[in-house]
Amino acid sequence: MSSSVTGSVGAVGGGDAPRYYSIEDHHPENGTLLGFWLYLMSDCLVFACLFAVYAVLGRNYAGGPTGAELFDLPLVAVNTSLLLLSSITYGFAMLAMQRNRLAPTQGWLAVTGLLGAGFIFLELREFAHLVQEGAGPQRSAFLSSFFTLVGTHGLHVTFGILWLLTLMAQLGKHGLCAANRRRLMCLSMFWHFLDVVWIAVFTVVYLLGVLP
Amino acid sequence: MLDQTRLSALLLGRLGWDAIPLHEPILLGTFIGVACGGLCILAAITYFHAWGTLWRDWITSIDHKRIGIMYVVLGLVMLLRGFSDAIMMRAQQAMAFGDSRGFLPPHHYDQVFTAHGVIMIFFVAMPLVTGLMNFVVPLQIGARDVAFPFLNNFSFWMTAVGAILVMMSLFVGEFARTGWLAYPPLSGIAFSPDVGVDYYIWSLQIAGVGTLLSGINLIATIVKMRAPGMTLMKMPIFTWTALCTNVLIVAAFPVLTAVLALLSLDRYAGTNFFTNELGGNAMMYVNLIWIWGHPEVYILILPAFGVFSEIVSTFCGKRLFGYASMVYATVVITILSYLVWLHHFFTMGSGASVNSFFGITTMIISIPTGAKIFNWLFTMYHGRIRFELPMMWTVGFMFTFTIGGMTGVLLAVPPADFALHNSLFLVAHFHNVIIGGVLFGMLAGINYWFPKAFGFKLDAFWGKCSFWFWLIGFWFAFAPLYVLGLMGITRRLSHFDDPSLQIWFVIAAFGAALIFLGIACFIIQLVVSIRRRDQLRDTTGDPWDGRTLEWSTSSPPPVYNFAFTPIVHDNDTWADMKKNHYAPPEQGFIAIHMPANTGAGFVIAMLGAAFGFAMIWHMWLPAVAAFVALLVAVIVHTFNYERDYHLSADEVTRIEHLRTARLTANV
Repeated sequence: MSSSVTGSVGAVGGGDAPRYYSIEDHHPENGTLLGFWLYLMSDCLVFACLFAVYAVLGRNYAGGPTGAELFDLPLVAVNTSLLLLSSITYGFAMLAMQRNRLAPTQGWLAVTGLLGAGFIFLELREFAHLVQEGAGPQRSAFLSSFFTLVGTHGLHVTFGILWLLTLMAQLGKHGLCAANRRRLMCLSMFWHFLDVVWIAVFTVVYLLGVLP
Repeated sequence: MLDQTRLSALLLGRLGWDAIPLHEPILLGTFIGVACGGLCILAAITYFHAWGTLWRDWITSIDHKRIGIMYVVLGLVMLLRGFSDAIMMRAQQAMAFGDSRGFLPPHHYDQVFTAHGVIMIFFVAMPLVTGLMNFVVPLQIGARDVAFPFLNNFSFWMTAVGAILVMMSLFVGEFARTGWLAYPPLSGIAFSPDVGVDYYIWSLQIAGVGTLLSGINLIATIVKMRAPGMTLMKMPIFTWTALCTNVLIVAAFPVLTAVLALLSLDRYAGTNFFTNELGGNAMMYVNLIWIWGHPEVYILILPAFGVFSEIVSTFCGKRLFGYASMVYATVVITILSYLVWLHHFFTMGSGASVNSFFGITTMIISIPTGAKIFNWLFTMYHGRIRFELPMMWTVGFMFTFTIGGMTGVLLAVPPADFALHNSLFLVAHFHNVIIGGVLFGMLAGINYWFPKAFGFKLDAFWGKCSFWFWLIGFWFAFAPLYVLGLMGITRRLSHFDDPSLQIWFVIAAFGAALIFLGIACFIIQLVVSIRRRDQLRDTTGDPWDGRTLEWSTSSPPPVYNFAFTPIVHDNDTWADMKKNHYAPPEQGFIAIHMPANTGAGFVIAMLGAAFGFAMIWHMWLPAVAAFVALLVAVIVHTFNYERDYHLSADEVTRIEHLRTARLTANV
């Protein structure tokens, strides 16, 4: 016992392990996923602020157009389906990754990216249309907060696509190594997070916005 | 011809020779001084062939200890700048009575008080706090480094870039004239069309990214990397406060990012969030910025509480009184800090019920804080108190901070606040808690952990001079402001008509002069300590008879911190180990897996600086170029898959044997 209390190294070969230190290489758990979750939650707070601003300013039309006059719900419905579908296809990519199959992983990632690009394309068209009608972000506090909230989400999706392309290149180079699996997992969380935020945008901005 | 002017507008934006303040003698003098000082430093680095070391061992270092030290150095350098602003304000207010206009025109004075606040909070207090946490936390929890070492280096450089941008505003263009929180509509484009507010926005946005990432990093470190056996309720109190502070950072800084982004949209894109027309609402800004701002003050004070807890228990030679209540008090403060933001603007007129809610939550915060004060007092009770420097700062803090806390409770009463809002009473109150709490805490922490970081103690004589000048200077500088505030004098004034007030401002200026001596003594303390380092040498690694794990390794610790991961059985692990006659291992070392240094963080942060500068001056082409370069640099960095190396067992054995030799030579 005394040898273990003093922690002398004699214990390495012999019976007791030292009391105050670990003779094996101690590998702490990987913190990447926790760290990424924390980042996502901080990002969620950015969106929370934008939602709060929209909640306060969203009816300040300043004599300009209202949401009921501007929003084209069928277009937004298509847009929403594209984004929700892209979450499913990302899920397929992750399933392929679990089965260790690179080609289907890459394929489903490509489909996800295309759906995301389609979403961005439709959103930009909507924005361009609004600006053309004289309903740009400068027109009223309502439109400022609308463009900022929806635009911030769109910006996130754009960076997500950029990340996705980078990751596809890295998968091509290094295959499904541990680092790449971790990265796929992080992007997966990011992508689904954007989906959840969009559901809130769709409800709060568009559905509630067209109510009188 | 037209194309050429358009091109130069795209390239240079509104930057021109008129941005250089050649007509302001104070700024010109400062610039010449800074330029000469900078050149001397560069020349010295070249002369001593230190560029390689600087790059390899510091700039690209991902060692949490070196990054922590760099944060503290940044904080101390910026303290000199922030204090120069302070002493200019004190001198101006002591002089500018009646016919005398003082030496600072209002245009300049307004920049000075804005810069003072911004610098002291973001680039002095934050780097000092983050630096101490970075240095101490991994050592206290028995870890080799933080969870994301590269990110740590990047965070530091983003913070440094923020500081660099603020410093640039001194010599290129100007800084905001809005007060440290830049309330709109004053900070909107209509009333502040120049670059000042843009400097403010971009320096805080860039530094804010660094702060947020370092917050995430330290939470992941504390949650995932504690030594085996260290359950949450066996964590040292400083680590607990660091955990709570970083939770606050992650939960508060996104709000700052969002609200500053909205202000930038108002300024750059012509949106109407906070404008006076087209449905904008300026009070939205005030609410949001204080939802960040109030947690921010707890972000600063909690680690200081942690420092004092470590110091009190070490220098009283006993376990901290009420460890569990200390932890709960910290957590309760963390939560409550989110429920009080509105007390910064009771005068907004939210109505009696809203104001009383926030008044009461504010008063409730004094309960856990009071519990902490009693815990420290009871730790001292029947302790064998050693009045070394860190303990002196701690006692100075307990005296000063308690009074600051009481004036805070006074301000939390909405009717009283209606009389005292934005008065010098408020200014005295928050300096009372920030200097008496945060700054004293950081100086206590620096004196306490300096021997751990550098292997020798700080000189006690000059440290005591510094302490007494700071403490007495603080009271001379701010007690008069309490009096003036009660008389109804408001803050941020550059000129007064009533000559009967002058004596109070003269006393305050005298206090600032004493604080100046305190800072001078601190610098002398550093210089003297470095010169006398052989006499002050700490060979044991445990100069104060410490109680937590950081004192179990050598001073300075080896790059890997601990050759073997410690196993924790009790609070105050190191005290427990010493009681049980622990002897450090002498053989059987194995190779250690270490993260490798990289210059990527520095490069990306510098591109961020270029992007920020270009955005401030509306230099659209360089801004786009810098942003694209930044993205490319980030992507290129992600293609680097070899980010670590193994320190061989022989090397570990060599380092550990050196330490054993040092220990036995001094027994």
